[in-house]
Amino acid sequence: MDLIVFIKQFVNGIQVGSIYALVALGYTMVYGIVKLINFAHGDFIMVGGYVVVFTTPFLANLGVPAWLCVLAAVAVCSAIGVLTEKIAYKPLRGAPSLSVLITAIAVSLCLQNLALIFFSSSPRPMSAVFDVAPVTIGSIQFSGISILTIVMSVALMVALQLFIKKTRVGKAMRAVSEDSQAAILMGISTNKTISLTFAIGSGLAAMAAVMYCSAYPQVQPYMGSMLGLKAFIAAVLGGIGSIPGAMLGGILIGLVESITRHFNSQLADAVVFAILIVVLLVKPAGIMGKNVGEKV
Amino acid sequence: MKRFAASLLAALMVLTMAACGGNTNQQSSTPADGGNSSAPAAPAGETIKIGCLAPLTGEVSVYGIATYQGIKMGVDEINAAGGIDGKQIELIVMDEKGDSVEAVNAYNSLVDQGVVAIIGDVTSKPCIAVAEVAAEDNMPMLTATGTAAEITTIGSNVFRTCFMDPFQGQIMATFAADNLGAKKVAVMYDTGSDYSQGLADSFKAQADTKGMELTAFEGYGTADTDFTSILNKIIATSPDAIFVPDYYGDVSLILGQARVAGYTGAMLGGDGWDGVLGVMPADKMTATDNGFFSNHYATADEAAAKFLSQYKTLFDMDGNAFSALGYDSAYIMADAIKRAGSTDKDAIVTALAATDLECVTGHVTFDANGDPIKSVAVTEFKGGEAVLNAKVSA
Repeated sequence: MDLIVFIKQFVNGIQVGSIYALVALGYTMVYGIVKLINFAHGDFIMVGGYVVVFTTPFLANLGVPAWLCVLAAVAVCSAIGVLTEKIAYKPLRGAPSLSVLITAIAVSLCLQNLALIFFSSSPRPMSAVFDVAPVTIGSIQFSGISILTIVMSVALMVALQLFIKKTRVGKAMRAVSEDSQAAILMGISTNKTISLTFAIGSGLAAMAAVMYCSAYPQVQPYMGSMLGLKAFIAAVLGGIGSIPGAMLGGILIGLVESITRHFNSQLADAVVFAILIVVLLVKPAGIMGKNVGEKV
Repeated sequence: MKRFAASLLAALMVLTMAACGGNTNQQSSTPADGGNSSAPAAPAGETIKIGCLAPLTGEVSVYGIATYQGIKMGVDEINAAGGIDGKQIELIVMDEKGDSVEAVNAYNSLVDQGVVAIIGDVTSKPCIAVAEVAAEDNMPMLTATGTAAEITTIGSNVFRTCFMDPFQGQIMATFAADNLGAKKVAVMYDTGSDYSQGLADSFKAQADTKGMELTAFEGYGTADTDFTSILNKIIATSPDAIFVPDYYGDVSLILGQARVAGYTGAMLGGDGWDGVLGVMPADKMTATDNGFFSNHYATADEAAAKFLSQYKTLFDMDGNAFSALGYDSAYIMADAIKRAGSTDKDAIVTALAATDLECVTGHVTFDANGDPIKSVAVTEFKGGEAVLNAKVSA
């Protein structure tokens, strides 16, 4: 492979990977605390995308910067996340994890179909939210959005890590995660803590939505499904539950995809899903995950 | 842990299937004007009865309604202008709900009602079923929109107004070679779509015939949104034009990414591109420049523009290729009956075969199979507008 082309593919891999990383953060955050893989996470991104599409013209009329739509997206997604938890996941808290997993898939399909009914299947264009110039080094161009996505992912990763490790609420989250019954005895409100976890996780989905739609300026009801799956694989690869692991996994999946696609464009998805199988068979805890015995 | 892994994989399989099944290109549904309606009835005995088969309800009713309304508009115009040699056309429409069995029943019912010819069916499967029965009766049959290659081979009495999908690949390769002067071309297509693959293959074959070098032939997945890797690879082979036969949603993403990746050459596509301008964000509209696609008609074409504006006035909705093809089918059939000078089946079939008519979707003559030989309108995107670039014949 020509060196310049190789560098270009590498850069593209990091760009795609940075989006996966941002989405994987949300997966891993919720899993780390509630031990639930929220398969509807990708569809929260879709909801966030529609919020952005509908609020940007409104913001433009008000004369305020378009990136303020992030606030609206975060608010709506967090609300939907908390609501979903209350309606669909909370009644199943004592149930086997497989039931919850299936419910999560049902929530995902439900959101997709609601979006189909409300917004139809035709894609909607999204105008630029951020105005960032691309950075050019030699003949290689780095898109401004990707740099912003990477910066944002790293910042969110650090912030989340600090939040969970250093704050009182974070401590409560860890306590609920370790033993929810004991946490209740210690005077921690499990319900509030889990709601907050979902609010933050869905808020992350909203941020991912804004960045994803900035890179791929189109919103449609199924946009979250494949993205969610790939990000999920990234989270598993990095070690689900581990926040830095999500970041690493995301970038790695992006790179693998981009490089595979160069050699054989049809193999990329197969390779990415093969990674999931291999990780689950060989090292289920992922690269950075703690190898604690799973209670499932 | 094994069990956890197993249930995860199982869940994932379900999810992947859901993800794959999701991407249908659905259009918003439109109101049907009743199940079985017919054109204003003229005094009995003085009308020429033409049967029309279309799915007016059910899953594919969007196409059925658009096609039927086009046919009805054509018939009403012909009747208003005096009909066929003074006789009014009585259009009898039957709803076949997109189902082959219903379609054959509907056909039999139309025959019982004494129709002299059939315009229909709309989608390929019922069309094939009806053609098989119609061939036994030697009933003159003209489908406006049935694209399956098989349809017209069933009988010499079966004709179609639309061109078949892969024909567009051939047209665009010819356009690239003759109109753009391309020497090197590349193709990228959706491996999960018969439409995309069919066009890609026929483009490749015609590129070969025209002596152009095919520098890359790359497939991608239906759910993909990042095409930069493939584009980087293709651009490295420096093609003069890239053929992307896909639907407008993905096409708009590919156009945007191709321009960001530094490609300035021509981008080509088929009728699936109709709608790109609607989904391209205003700030990225320049990415559509130097994009060309084939379609059944060009909105910039005078005849098509006139048809579309009248259609909108009549039905209060936008016309599309289906309605235009339905409209043309009405004129082609009326023209054949007029030239036949009688309502004898053999005479109408012979007259249909000799069709030579200027239509909204191009100038139509038929080949030995009953497939149209027509010029294809190639539309160009220029500054966010669709303009007619050329009319290309194969």
